[in-house]
Amino acid sequence: MTIDMSQFFQVFFDEAEEGLAEMEKLLLAVNVSDPDDEDLNAIFRAAHSIKGGSATFGLSDITEVTHVLESLLDRIRQHEMALTSQHVDAFLAAKDVIKSMLDGHRHGASVDLNAAADVRKLLQSLSEGAGKKTKNAQALVGPGGVSRYRIELPQLAERDIEALQQELALLGKIEKADAEDGRCVFILDTAKGVDSIVEICSFLVNADDLKISQAVAARSKEEEQGYGFFAPFVPQDATDEERGYGFFAPFVPVNATDKERGYGFFEPFVPQGDIEQAKQAAEAAAHTDDEPPALAVTEGGEKKAKGEKPAATVHESQSIRVGIEKVDQLINLVGELVITQAMIEQRTGSLDPMLHEHLLNSVSQLTRNTRDLQESVMSIRMMPMDYVFSRFPRMVRDLAAKLGKRVEFVTHGAATELDKGLIERIVDPLTHLVRNSIDHGIEIPETRLAAGKADYGTLSLSAEHQGGNIIIEVTDDGGGLNRDKILAKAKQQGMAVSDNLSDGDVWQLIFEPGFSTAEQVTDVSGRGVGMDVVKRNILAMGGAVDIRSSKGFGTTISISLPLTLAILDGMSIRIGHEIYILPLGYVVESLQPATQDVKEISGQGKVIKVRGEYLPLIPLYQIFNIEPTFTDPSQGLVVILESDGKKAALFVDDLIGQQQIVVKNLESNYRKVAGISGATILGDGGVALIIDVAALLRSSRQLSDESVFS
Amino acid sequence: MSDTISKNISGFGEKSDSAGNEFLAFTLGKEEYGIDILKVQEIRGYEAVTRIANSPEFIKGVVNLRGIIVPIVDMRIKFQLGEPTYDQFTVVIILNISGRVVGMVVDSVSDVITLSPEQIKPAPEMGTTFDSDYLIGLGTLDERMLILVDIDKLMSSADMGLIEKLAA
Repeated sequence: MTIDMSQFFQVFFDEAEEGLAEMEKLLLAVNVSDPDDEDLNAIFRAAHSIKGGSATFGLSDITEVTHVLESLLDRIRQHEMALTSQHVDAFLAAKDVIKSMLDGHRHGASVDLNAAADVRKLLQSLSEGAGKKTKNAQALVGPGGVSRYRIELPQLAERDIEALQQELALLGKIEKADAEDGRCVFILDTAKGVDSIVEICSFLVNADDLKISQAVAARSKEEEQGYGFFAPFVPQDATDEERGYGFFAPFVPVNATDKERGYGFFEPFVPQGDIEQAKQAAEAAAHTDDEPPALAVTEGGEKKAKGEKPAATVHESQSIRVGIEKVDQLINLVGELVITQAMIEQRTGSLDPMLHEHLLNSVSQLTRNTRDLQESVMSIRMMPMDYVFSRFPRMVRDLAAKLGKRVEFVTHGAATELDKGLIERIVDPLTHLVRNSIDHGIEIPETRLAAGKADYGTLSLSAEHQGGNIIIEVTDDGGGLNRDKILAKAKQQGMAVSDNLSDGDVWQLIFEPGFSTAEQVTDVSGRGVGMDVVKRNILAMGGAVDIRSSKGFGTTISISLPLTLAILDGMSIRIGHEIYILPLGYVVESLQPATQDVKEISGQGKVIKVRGEYLPLIPLYQIFNIEPTFTDPSQGLVVILESDGKKAALFVDDLIGQQQIVVKNLESNYRKVAGISGATILGDGGVALIIDVAALLRSSRQLSDESVFS
Repeated sequence: MSDTISKNISGFGEKSDSAGNEFLAFTLGKEEYGIDILKVQEIRGYEAVTRIANSPEFIKGVVNLRGIIVPIVDMRIKFQLGEPTYDQFTVVIILNISGRVVGMVVDSVSDVITLSPEQIKPAPEMGTTFDSDYLIGLGTLDERMLILVDIDKLMSSADMGLIEKLAA
């Protein structure tokens, strides 16, 4: 019997991806100068579980990278090394590589092997360059972490000794000396630990035969002074260096005892290898110190104090992983329960309240419980906006650095919940808006300073509930939209615009296809594709986009979405014996037309005159081949529908009512039906189809062509 | 829903080695057919369907099966067998074809029979209304002869139009 491994792989991939996302989030939030132990531990745990999982599944490439990553993290976690921004960058790069490897295993996507090797090297050099803190090396390390080892070899052939000497020379300065009994002795000055030496020697020599001892390094008196704590030799050099130095070891208390100081200085300083390098690095660091990092990521209203963080960790460990189909099944079952409950309520409604008091009481209790149950079940599908927001800090950071801008990224309301289906579809439009804000909205630091603003721009993403909708806003404090430029561009593209359009109307122009006011097309944005797609996607989700902008003060793009796609407000209509649902969002009004308002255009169908406007008349009974009660529009009703600025009148027999409906997919068991966007279950347990109004209106021009709907 | 003959085959007590040899026997007109029992989710009475406009005649419409929208196919219309009448004896076999749920209207359901490989004979090239592509063979049990249908293949075929073609 074979075990289906794919399901386990799936679980591993899911977990690994979550782990990576978590890691990235923590890395971006971590305070480099004073990292929180809990954060470091969490990052380490994520790396560790990915390593464990990948090793279990034999994904050795991932294991290798995570192993190096993990060992470096472990040392930082144990405070053997101080965290630097260099480390954070390396970790982020490693995260990207692991992600691409995961995708490689999962979808067969191509993996950049060079990048993987580079990252591994980078991590390794960071970790080794730091010098291993072997038990007794502390006291004996020379300047820059170089220690002197005496390596006694067993008897070997001359050739082997030479080869060994060459190899060891790669680690540092080597001297050969012959011991009394004809054996060979090397004196090696190296920044590497004993392990590296043993590793090299073990190619030729049995490790047990090898005697390695730490020789006392020959030092000048000056060095001797520095010995024990290396503080003196750097600060004495230059004031510049002191600044850089502070950057490396900001946590050393000034009033620490000498021993502590030496210890504290020792660690951060060691990575540099020798004094020359140390100077360079210190200078470089001092340089960076002058220029604070291009981006400061803050979580704005979310993370007020460290104290809140453990709560988040606890929250995570209390969740369980459930397949989405199980949740959907649960929702279906509850939906069915609601319908059954409605039936019972309807049937007991005709009973005498005096005779059946107990039964009626129980039924009303059932009604309450069912409603509560439905609400809780629907909330399972809801996910916090954090799922979307957490992707942005990294993107903003990279993009800002690329464009030479300084951006502070703030999120508000990341806990606001939204339906999972919608949350996945909002990612792309939001990404586009954020990129736009950084590229076009926020100015470069010089321009900002000239305009009297802080040199870093603020980009904020916020989400909040407003009635049955969620409002998501992308706000920047950049230059704002340029009204004149947009109008000029619109005229240039031949759009019918006038100079006295309201601001709101002018801003809407940027959603027109092919519209871009960027002078220069960059690889970030400016091609004029995108904003129209953003708007179309959001409309497709049943939402709306609004822009507020003020020249010199910034722009806010506000997206309003329904909380869930699963429920919509519908209007039920009747044609013959059949009931259909129209999504209420498309319905403008309904009326009974007078006979003289209905005009026929030969071969083109009918039009109807509504307040001086001629609208095409769509006879639904003809499209859906229904036996109608009325064939004359003046006897039935017409419903005026609007979509994408196009209007049409739908001819129906009767309106039944307005209700909230649960949308069901027709395609899960059948196929797409032209003119129908889905189905729903009515109070009596029957099925009603939901009319795809947008498609209906699109094809209303070619109504005479029956093939559109066949 | 008292008229629903519920038969749940959730796999409880199934023996996996003999599973392929158990068939649900049903009739269409005068002919007796058999399908793999493991494809059958349940058996129900016929209830009112919601018609889908502009669909082929044999697709009766969709029904609500505990919150799932399920299309109903009338095999009698599809293969011109017997009179398509709908009364309290009309039976709908709910099939689960690789995760998709489809209802199939038949005249009646008789029993579940077990056939050994020797009892299954290859189908002749002609002689049934079914394309021989969709046949597993002919099953013989005493005096009865069952036309064994590969229901998976039949329901997934472009002929039925139940599943969106990739090109379309």
